[in-house]
Amino acid sequence: MTGAPQEQGTAHAASKAAAPARAPGHAGAIAPALELRNIDKWFGSVHANDQISLKVEPGTIHGIIGENGAGKSTLMSIVYGYYQADSGEILVGDKPVTIRGPEQAIAQGIGMVHQHFMKVDTFTVLENVVLGAETGMLLAPSLATARAELVRLERDYSLEVDPDAIVGELPVGVQQRVEILKALFRGADTLILDEPTGVLTPQEVADLFRILRALREQGKSIVLITHKLREIMALTDNVTVMRQGAVVANVKTAETTREDLASLMVGRTVLLRVDKTPAQPGETFLGVENLSVRDGNGVARVKGVTLDVRAGEIVGIAGVAGNGQSELLGALAGILPIEDGRVLFKGEEILSRKQTKTARQMRRIGLGHVPEDRHRMGLITSFEASESGILGYHRDTKYNSRILMDRGAVLEETARQMKEYDVRPPIPRLRTSSFSGGNQQKIVLGREMERHPDVLLVGQPTRGVDIGAIEYIHKRLIAERDAGKAILLVSVELDEIMSLADRIIVMFDGEIVGELTQADATEQALGLMMAGERQDGMA
Amino acid sequence: MSSMGAPTQAPTWVTHGLVPVINLVLALIISGLIIAAIGEDPFEALGYLMYGAFGYPEAIGYTLYYTTNFIFTGLAVAIAFHCGLFNIGGEGQAYLGGLGAGVVGLLFGHWPSPLVILIGILAAASFGAVWGVIPGWLQAKRGSHIVITTIMFNFIAAALMSYLMVEILINPGQQAAESRTFEAGAFIPFAHDILPALGVSMGRSALNLSFVLAILCSVFFWFFMWRTRWGYEIRAVGQNETAAVYAGISPSRAIIVAMAISGALAGLVGVNEILGVHHRLLMEFTAGYGFVGIAVALMGRNHPLGIFLAALLFGTLYQGGQEIAFDMPRVNRDMVVVIQGLVILFSGALENMFRPRIEAFFIRRPRAVAAAE
Repeated sequence: MTGAPQEQGTAHAASKAAAPARAPGHAGAIAPALELRNIDKWFGSVHANDQISLKVEPGTIHGIIGENGAGKSTLMSIVYGYYQADSGEILVGDKPVTIRGPEQAIAQGIGMVHQHFMKVDTFTVLENVVLGAETGMLLAPSLATARAELVRLERDYSLEVDPDAIVGELPVGVQQRVEILKALFRGADTLILDEPTGVLTPQEVADLFRILRALREQGKSIVLITHKLREIMALTDNVTVMRQGAVVANVKTAETTREDLASLMVGRTVLLRVDKTPAQPGETFLGVENLSVRDGNGVARVKGVTLDVRAGEIVGIAGVAGNGQSELLGALAGILPIEDGRVLFKGEEILSRKQTKTARQMRRIGLGHVPEDRHRMGLITSFEASESGILGYHRDTKYNSRILMDRGAVLEETARQMKEYDVRPPIPRLRTSSFSGGNQQKIVLGREMERHPDVLLVGQPTRGVDIGAIEYIHKRLIAERDAGKAILLVSVELDEIMSLADRIIVMFDGEIVGELTQADATEQALGLMMAGERQDGMA
Repeated sequence: MSSMGAPTQAPTWVTHGLVPVINLVLALIISGLIIAAIGEDPFEALGYLMYGAFGYPEAIGYTLYYTTNFIFTGLAVAIAFHCGLFNIGGEGQAYLGGLGAGVVGLLFGHWPSPLVILIGILAAASFGAVWGVIPGWLQAKRGSHIVITTIMFNFIAAALMSYLMVEILINPGQQAAESRTFEAGAFIPFAHDILPALGVSMGRSALNLSFVLAILCSVFFWFFMWRTRWGYEIRAVGQNETAAVYAGISPSRAIIVAMAISGALAGLVGVNEILGVHHRLLMEFTAGYGFVGIAVALMGRNHPLGIFLAALLFGTLYQGGQEIAFDMPRVNRDMVVVIQGLVILFSGALENMFRPRIEAFFIRRPRAVAAAE
């Protein structure tokens, strides 16, 4: 980390330079909608928030950007009353306030739209909006008042939602609108949105942005927490950059660039594009013919998918989360049974309805799998890193004698992989949950890639991983490709798909709706397909 | 601050040592207050408890005899816990284990002793295992909740034993529902018969060589759980079933294996009781050991060493508690049960009351030290 202090210096300079431009402290200026002064928070030995100060001007969209673990969510949880700061002040409209819980935050006019929606799926929109804000013993009067209020809110902010629709049946983008309505219904003047675009199609993102701009026009203040530079640049008026729990810059968005913000976030210059040479595809390693898969509830998730992945290429599957990509990966990895169709490995049938294999057998054939969700699937967080590091390979002869496991070999191999994949700290005996997200992901990647399987299934390789590690993970994937391996990449991050994949396949509702080469792939074209529009010539 | 994932675990001795001790001390304080409230001296009671449990050779023998049962049932509950299962059926599995041991004692008691005992141990383990595997199989293949099925199997075991004891195995011509006494080949040697030969004087007690079996089982448990691929798979299923499937582990297989071993361990209570002490088959010899095993496993953090210590504690409470009831007229048998209940409450049910705070204190400490330097 040499050179970091210098960059830190520029960061502070930037924040100083930005301050007078807005001149919020000057006499006669309007009081900030929300101001934080020297917020400090420790979790055990982790300094989650280090003397955070920022001001959200009324009627603006204020972005807070930072890598995962930079302390953004902690900070907003403090504002919304989930946590109490160890020290520091929160001011609303220049008045210091105490917020000991969400009710008090709402009373101060602060509303929150969570990353994971807080809703009851089987209730109507109206019932969800009223939930927790009912007045009196009987529900009917509350509902009637709420309906009138909803109509008004929808008119004022063009938030079209049918009050009587069942929330669980609505598209994700509309469900998010319900969350925004809930906050507005409770009288929020300042709206906090935590990573709101993670689950949306590009079109839904555009809709959301339109709504947020309308809210701003009406004088609402919005705090947008994100790790996506693009959203910051497109939407915000001011931006606060956080790194390792501290504010490294407060700047006006108009006066900064993507590259500057990225360097501020990471503390060094980062490559936003991935360097790679054109693919040299060889023989077909993985063939998928007419594959159909049902999930655990018997719902058809993959419907007649045909694709192939050749040696030396990365095939990316784009699509909004929940359109069958996960189930496709699951079936190919031997986790989900196949309903119809077959899977070929180097021309030989390995999976079909009749021919099932366990995930371990698939690994032995030469198929590695980096799962989409490392916490739920890829690791056992309560295990030692060394135990997580052999998951799926724990029966390999190199780790076992006839009865006992060879613990020395396990520790040694994990230590080697940790070194190779730059896992920090490189301590095999440390509990898996003690590692940061990026380092956990490197443990998974190390485990699955170190055996150099001919086919590598990769799901969301950089979800929740900081920018520095993303760069590294992308390099490793390309190195595997260049070594002649076939890689199938599933990601909901369009940027990632567009920069890594040589060919891009778009899935919608369990089917392939289009295929583009990297050169032809534009965000516009992919976005339309992700929303279900079929490419010309696709049946 | 380091940018890498900072270790946020409390030291092992805090998690596994200090917290249980604090819980235990609190339970004793509350028990003391209750004893004081009914007009007895709590320190005197504690004195009787310790004297009753460790004060003379016979007492130590009985304490360790109880400990033996608690080790078996504690380990049984623990292995199921490791697989994410709550085995409430230790009682029924122990009961069936006793049936297995008893049948061997009745049939083969005239054979050479080591052989009969070995077959008896295997029979007890197998009978217990079967009684664990059926609920395990129902859970794995049919999704019937194991808590419900194991409770039901306790009742079935009790009913089955009543029928067998009253109708079939009863010694003809007597009132009590007990079998005849086995031939001497099926007796597991008592400690007071062996130890004097080694120059150790030992009073007459129920302690027998089953205690050694319990220790061997503890050692086996540790190796199996943390040093074999089968233990690894069971723990993987217990901690994260999705990840286990991802790794190619069959959860239903792990569940069935775990429940088989769990039932077998619980069944070994039958060895201690039937072949070790009673030397005949009788009813209700399980006396709640299966249920106390849950508290033992919880308090022992599902680790054999912890289970040994927790089993010793409950052995002390069982044996020493009788001494209190004997010497202090106002503290009757039910009061002793209350004290045992408080220990279970604090070390089991209220586990998480103090743990987070105590651990947080020790996680925070290093920073303060670092700052001071």
